[in-house]
Amino acid sequence: MTGAALGIGAWGLVTGVAMAKSGLPLPLAVLMSVIVFAGSAQLAALPLLTSGAPLWVVWATALCINLRFAVFSAGWRRYFGVLPRGKRLRMAYFAADLNYVLFLRRFPEPRHAPEQVPYFWGGVACNWTAWQVPSLVGLLLADRIPTAWGLGFAGTLALLGITYSMLHDRSTWVAAGVAACAAVAAYALPLKLNIVVAIAAAVAIGLLMDHASPQRAQPLEDKT
Amino acid sequence: MSTVEGVIAIVGLALITLLTRGLFLIPEREVPLPAWLQQGLRYAPLAAVVAVVAPEVLMTQGRLIDTWQDARLPAVAAATVYYLWRRDILGTILSGTAVLLLLRLGFGW
Repeated sequence: MTGAALGIGAWGLVTGVAMAKSGLPLPLAVLMSVIVFAGSAQLAALPLLTSGAPLWVVWATALCINLRFAVFSAGWRRYFGVLPRGKRLRMAYFAADLNYVLFLRRFPEPRHAPEQVPYFWGGVACNWTAWQVPSLVGLLLADRIPTAWGLGFAGTLALLGITYSMLHDRSTWVAAGVAACAAVAAYALPLKLNIVVAIAAAVAIGLLMDHASPQRAQPLEDKT
Repeated sequence: MSTVEGVIAIVGLALITLLTRGLFLIPEREVPLPAWLQQGLRYAPLAAVVAVVAPEVLMTQGRLIDTWQDARLPAVAAATVYYLWRRDILGTILSGTAVLLLLRLGFGW
């Protein structure tokens, strides 16, 4: 957990600096960091928010980026399905990627056991602190760094790294290429609809390619 | 964007975090993971991220960039090389940012 926590912390720091440099007012950036608690979605939502994209486009983008969590939630259900709903949802909100990976390593058997709940909360508390503290430090210290340095671009570089980690095979590369071309080509559309166009085009191409060669379909992973 | 709009947007984003992380924990009875979600999941997150990144890298004020003297391009190249070499996202960010700062502050790109 220590090594992983260091990685999470560094990533939180970069996200904090990028958020402060995006032009979002500081109180809003702090609110976002504390309650949204999903790094990739935050970084993607920022340029949309500050350029005045309509709320539904901002939300749809975040929803797409967070879809992987929906799959994790099906995994969590095998362990925590027996608990009351309120408790399940409270746990779900805090369950980040890293917690899922570590939990499955510790409890490979998919059934409920009482010791899982304290293990879960311990891991979640570590992850939450390792992410939130550096993130807030980044937000507050970023004020000392001139905007001309262009450090907001660190957020884009972070998303670039996440993109690379999601490219496994030909069809993901093609889908990414299509998304990039569509997002640039449709840029002149109002309301940042180019994002929606790009997602639709990439999903269509991806599903077409899966149909053409349906031998494999691995799930995606990325870091938050 | 007014402050009120910002707060609404951010509260909405927080609810999206809760909704996606808890999706299959909401119903009282178990629901099998639908095939369309499994398939769409392969491409939708990737597409959403790429659609945000590509214009941020390739465009300035709504136009494709028309000069090579833009610090973003070498920064992305450095980040890409680093990723291919070490497969590590943090180093990717740091190497790209280092090149960006060098060109912006050292050469005024």
